[in-house]
Amino acid sequence: MEPTNVHDPEYYHKVVDCQYACPAHTPVPEYIRLIAAEKYTEAYMVNWESNVFPGVLGRTCDRPCEPACRRGRVDEEPVAICRLKRVAADNKGDITHLLPKIPTKGNGKRIALIGAGPASLTVARDLAPLGYEIHVFDEQIKGGGMMRSQIPSFRLPESVLDEEVNNILNLGIHQHFKTYVSSLKSVLDDGYDAVFIGTGAPRGRDLSNLPGRAEGGANIHVGIEWLASVAFEHTKQIGKKVIVLGGGNTAMDCCRTSRRLGGEEVKVVVRSPFSEMRASPWEKEDAQHEDIPILDNHVPVSFVSENGKLKGMTFEKVHAVYDEKGKRSLVPTGEPHVFIEGDDVLVAIGQENYFPWIERDLGIEFDKWEMPSVNSLTFQSTNEKVFFGGDAALGPKNVITAVAQGHSAAVSIDLYCQGKSLDVRPDPFTNLVSQKMGIHEWSYDSIVTNDDRFVVPQAEKALTLKDRKKEVELGFDKLVGFKEAERCLNCDIQTVFTENRCIECDACMDVCPTDCITFTANGTEEDLRTRLMAPSLRLEQDLLVSDTLAATGRVMVKDEDVCLHCGLCAERCPTSAWDMQKFFYNTTKAHHGCGSH
Amino acid sequence: MTYIRPTFRHPDLPKNKINFTKKDYEGALSTLCAGCGHDSISGAIAQACFELSVEPHRIAKLSGIGCSSKTPAYFLGNSHGFNSVHGRMPSVATGAYLANRDLLYFGVSGDGDSASIGMGQFVHAIRRNLNMVYLVMNNGCYGLTKGQDSATADNGSKSKAGSVNPFNAIDLVGLSMELGATFVARSFSGDKAQLIPLIKAAIKHPGFAFIDVISPCVTFNNNVGSTKSYDYVREHIEATSTVDFVPIMEEITANYEDSKEITLHDGSALQLQKLHQGWNPEDKLSAMIALQNAKEKGEILTGLVYIEPNTNALHDVLQTAKTPLNTLKEDVLCPGIDALEALNESLR
Repeated sequence: MEPTNVHDPEYYHKVVDCQYACPAHTPVPEYIRLIAAEKYTEAYMVNWESNVFPGVLGRTCDRPCEPACRRGRVDEEPVAICRLKRVAADNKGDITHLLPKIPTKGNGKRIALIGAGPASLTVARDLAPLGYEIHVFDEQIKGGGMMRSQIPSFRLPESVLDEEVNNILNLGIHQHFKTYVSSLKSVLDDGYDAVFIGTGAPRGRDLSNLPGRAEGGANIHVGIEWLASVAFEHTKQIGKKVIVLGGGNTAMDCCRTSRRLGGEEVKVVVRSPFSEMRASPWEKEDAQHEDIPILDNHVPVSFVSENGKLKGMTFEKVHAVYDEKGKRSLVPTGEPHVFIEGDDVLVAIGQENYFPWIERDLGIEFDKWEMPSVNSLTFQSTNEKVFFGGDAALGPKNVITAVAQGHSAAVSIDLYCQGKSLDVRPDPFTNLVSQKMGIHEWSYDSIVTNDDRFVVPQAEKALTLKDRKKEVELGFDKLVGFKEAERCLNCDIQTVFTENRCIECDACMDVCPTDCITFTANGTEEDLRTRLMAPSLRLEQDLLVSDTLAATGRVMVKDEDVCLHCGLCAERCPTSAWDMQKFFYNTTKAHHGCGSH
Repeated sequence: MTYIRPTFRHPDLPKNKINFTKKDYEGALSTLCAGCGHDSISGAIAQACFELSVEPHRIAKLSGIGCSSKTPAYFLGNSHGFNSVHGRMPSVATGAYLANRDLLYFGVSGDGDSASIGMGQFVHAIRRNLNMVYLVMNNGCYGLTKGQDSATADNGSKSKAGSVNPFNAIDLVGLSMELGATFVARSFSGDKAQLIPLIKAAIKHPGFAFIDVISPCVTFNNNVGSTKSYDYVREHIEATSTVDFVPIMEEITANYEDSKEITLHDGSALQLQKLHQGWNPEDKLSAMIALQNAKEKGEILTGLVYIEPNTNALHDVLQTAKTPLNTLKEDVLCPGIDALEALNESLR
């Protein structure tokens, strides 16, 4: 193999599995170390800089970082990254003086943001400090978008959301709430320099064609609309027996909310097998903990009403069959249909984009699914002035993805307004610094603790089920937060190898607890992976390959897979050919001068 | 102080025949200088025992005093160990071996421990042909006392302080062959590919198996002008052959023209390739000539030097009881008045 090009920032970035997996590339180990050092405010700001809503995400994030966490490959469970973020948010001090300053004199450019959800607010946060005049439009009374309308208060207290939304709106954003934008043309005609569309995926799917839908209509609700109606306090109760259709996180929010509005026998009914439901495992657990059975492999057949009043639904039982390509089909088992009683039914089977307010003659191309044609890097549409982000851009995902897309779109809008090419994008900020303090001394906690993942305590079920606004999760306290933080392996402290210092004494190879390091004759990657000290089975994990070593003509090969970043290779290296160096990677953003560095 | 080894290991570590992973053959974390050749040898010993599927509790590690003699703390943490007086490891080994012939004895010593203070003991262990591995970690200096020249330092080798050694070196390989050792090898700590199969063969050898391993002292003897530095050894190393240990029941696949196969006592085999010219490992004379030739050319000859696969170790010579003393019961140890009288009668 050719020597690894460690000057490509993406090489070391990829070693930091959590950060690499995060759509916004939040520097996870960096803020976890700050939490361990009780620097909660600093930890919060590292997050705020990157993901804009640490308090919200510390409770509700989809956490793509956690399945990626290296700890999960050597220990039973990954670090509780998401809930550590909440520790930072819960314990932070006053941050007002750390927020970016808004220039007294603007740059003369006006930007319209349609929708006030996470994507739009991210664009606002990034562009306002640069002097842009930002106008945000939303039909609701407050900002936050789906974070407000769809995430129930028992998972995300309103005060947390308000604080983080207001931190952005207070950056001199011109707010146009209770304003439904019914025509993009009229917005463009107002002479904005650019328009960002972050209107989410506002339309919940329904079962319009299922028999009995019309007759039972009064008690059949579309999940996200119902959640919004609860959030804005238009709906305050539901029947005793509730059927929730769907297997995603919205279904979980619907069933748990029902339990708080009078639902006593709430059942989730889903077509797919339990293991293939789209809801996050922890959300399924939380629902089951609230005595909500999840009935899988049930396909809806009809709504059943008597005298114009909904009585329940019938379902057909199926089982999953897979063809050679792994494609699933649900085949009826032949058992008689199942009737389930229900006073109300919540349909939470997905949501989709809806752009009736965008005229089709504005130069924005739409595909056959009525989705706008959006560049997935620049987030520019085919009308150069119009940008998309969040669920509105590439379909429904999650908050952290919306934030990441907001950052990219803000960079594009900034470049566009300066008349620059959108394809020549600023580089990410990177830094690589030795952490050596002395013999056996590193500036990070290199000791690998053996603690199992700590469980987040919850409030008493008897209390939380009575009050829709009572937060269920209590969060880690400071001490448990510290212990959980210590489980982090510090993957951003890179093992940096300098060939010309190596005397090939094998000390690193002998001491490495996880057998990551091998000195051997060079070969192709496929061949090398068969000759390493330990099996090298995860091909997506890179090999760090040195240049040819002077004394023996061999190369040093390090399998990054299960490196614990314990620093023993560097401690046992007599010539400092190995060094532990902190790699800081900050994605490109439009704003300057705020945040942690 | 962050010098603590994590307890996590690679999740896919292979297991040997008795279901152990390499972790079961580890010892404590080394406190020797970073980069010490001894650590590499410790690693090779652990690896060899893992590969041979030796039960750790069937091994006894024995050592004297010195950097080398500290190493038994750093490998085979689940085995028996005895850290004896300086240079007196062979006596302890002799006693232990006589008392319990069923254990695998692994003696670790250094150039000071064997070639200076313990020389009188070392030679008798060879002469008596104890069934043991005797491995010398040879760095040519006294590392624990600031790196003075040892008895194996080559004439002309320069110390870190700049003084040149005026005395001739004791060649432990030549000496042990002269004294009748039946397995003699030399290796280098920086060449595990050679060292591990040699250790495995030494373990399988039924008599005294001697391995002299050149092991650079990074702190006191890794300077320019030293003949035991990593660089010097790598530049002057010459191998008798490549060595491959082939366990019993495993078919030998490679077959080169200049190769030789030696069947060991238990049916396993040593496969030697690219043989040194004029050298036959089973012919002592050719082995001694090869050693002398290398010495004259300034080469360091490594690999298997001499082997006599079928040898009678001390127990065979003395015809002692086949059972370890600790399992002999009272009725055997004390056969009664009749046996005593019969013995006395036979001596009248």
